Amino acid sequence: MCLGIPGEVLSIEEGAQGLRQARVRFGSVIREANLNLVPEAQVGEYVIVHAGFAISVIDAEEAESVFRLLQEMEEAAL
Amino acid sequence: MKYLDEYRDAPAAERLLRRIGAVVTRPWVIMEVCGSQTHTLLRYGIDQMLPEKITLVHGPGCPVCVTPVEAIDQAVALAGRPDVIFVSYGDMLRVPGSEKDLLSVKAEGGDVRMVYSPLDAVKLARQNPQRKVVFFAIGFETTAPANAMAVWLARRQGLDNFFVLTSQVLVPPAVELIAASPDNQVQGFLAPGHVCTVTGYCEYEPIARQWRVPIVVTGFEPLDLLQGILMLVSQLEEGRHEVENQYTRSVRREGNRQAQAIMAEVFEVMDHKWRGIGLIPRSGLRLREAYARFDAARVFGLQDMTCQEAAVCISGLVLQGVRKPPECPAFGTDCTPERPLGAPMVSAEGACAAYYAYRRQETVRR
Repeated sequence: MCLGIPGEVLSIEEGAQGLRQARVRFGSVIREANLNLVPEAQVGEYVIVHAGFAISVIDAEEAESVFRLLQEMEEAAL
Repeated sequence: MKYLDEYRDAPAAERLLRRIGAVVTRPWVIMEVCGSQTHTLLRYGIDQMLPEKITLVHGPGCPVCVTPVEAIDQAVALAGRPDVIFVSYGDMLRVPGSEKDLLSVKAEGGDVRMVYSPLDAVKLARQNPQRKVVFFAIGFETTAPANAMAVWLARRQGLDNFFVLTSQVLVPPAVELIAASPDNQVQGFLAPGHVCTVTGYCEYEPIARQWRVPIVVTGFEPLDLLQGILMLVSQLEEGRHEVENQYTRSVRREGNRQAQAIMAEVFEVMDHKWRGIGLIPRSGLRLREAYARFDAARVFGLQDMTCQEAAVCISGLVLQGVRKPPECPAFGTDCTPERPLGAPMVSAEGACAAYYAYRRQETVRR
């Protein structure tokens, strides 16, 4: 139920009634998602989509943190 | 897929596992609150690869599982009406009510439809002005903003044929209930990353302080869970009880303000009954008075429905991490995903369904 899938924002359209809709690519699948909860989202960024709504913009820098930890562990072991 | 595949890297997972093994010196019991996390842990066999000193217990984080039987019965009653199009997330269709599930209503001719987004339900109402469209708005804080947006939009569009049957629950009161229980065994919690994406994690800080339990906000992929477990076990070994955030690529401490604003616009907090667990104070959401005309239970007069749960099902104990699914006498015999007695056997996030999918062979062998 709380499944959130990361996808890339391909295009953004300001629709009727203040709805901000985007085309979002999940691997080879493209679906529509609503961006009203993440007004800061830009084309080319990745968002986490749940029930048709983007709930966050993925922080690309933070996404590396586990790999930085692994790198540090490796260096500490040398 | 970017932001999924790299967090499933097996050599990296092995290195984190070795690191956890090096940190842990004493036995610890930790709970992953969210059912999606339970499924990842079992699917990848992480529960079996962790050091024996670490015991994982599975939490109540399955919205489908904790939706009270009364709500299912209300849904069944509404879905059977000839003037209603009943719209639901797919997970709810096979959850047993006290007599039947939504799929049986559909088989008997009820107009039951599945949607991916609540906005699709609003669209159905606009396209079918002569019918009443009822959306089954269930979920945790992750889903509440989407459900709230649908109601807000229906009001903005002036729709008078759109209604929601709500069963919205909140995670922190359930975590606190478990932490505060006199026979609680859980020493640390992995908090659900997508719930916290919406709410942030300030609300967990007083729980960690008062009950002296570390809480780590954690994502859903194998490396996320292993890093979350490493952070949690490190805190336990060092005698700390803080709230830390593993899932930093999505979760900020203050959460998503826009999502919180739309939730607060449409919903207010109330006491809520959790299936298998009972009433938890201030653990649910209902529509505010300004949105009362969208409340299906009120409009269709279904508020006073009550019912009993199947006596043999121990889902309440499973949801609180007190029992594991194979300890239930009905597991895999009288209760299977094809013929479920309790919701945890139905949902893609239910602990019973996870054990049935990934551990049935060895359960049978034992």
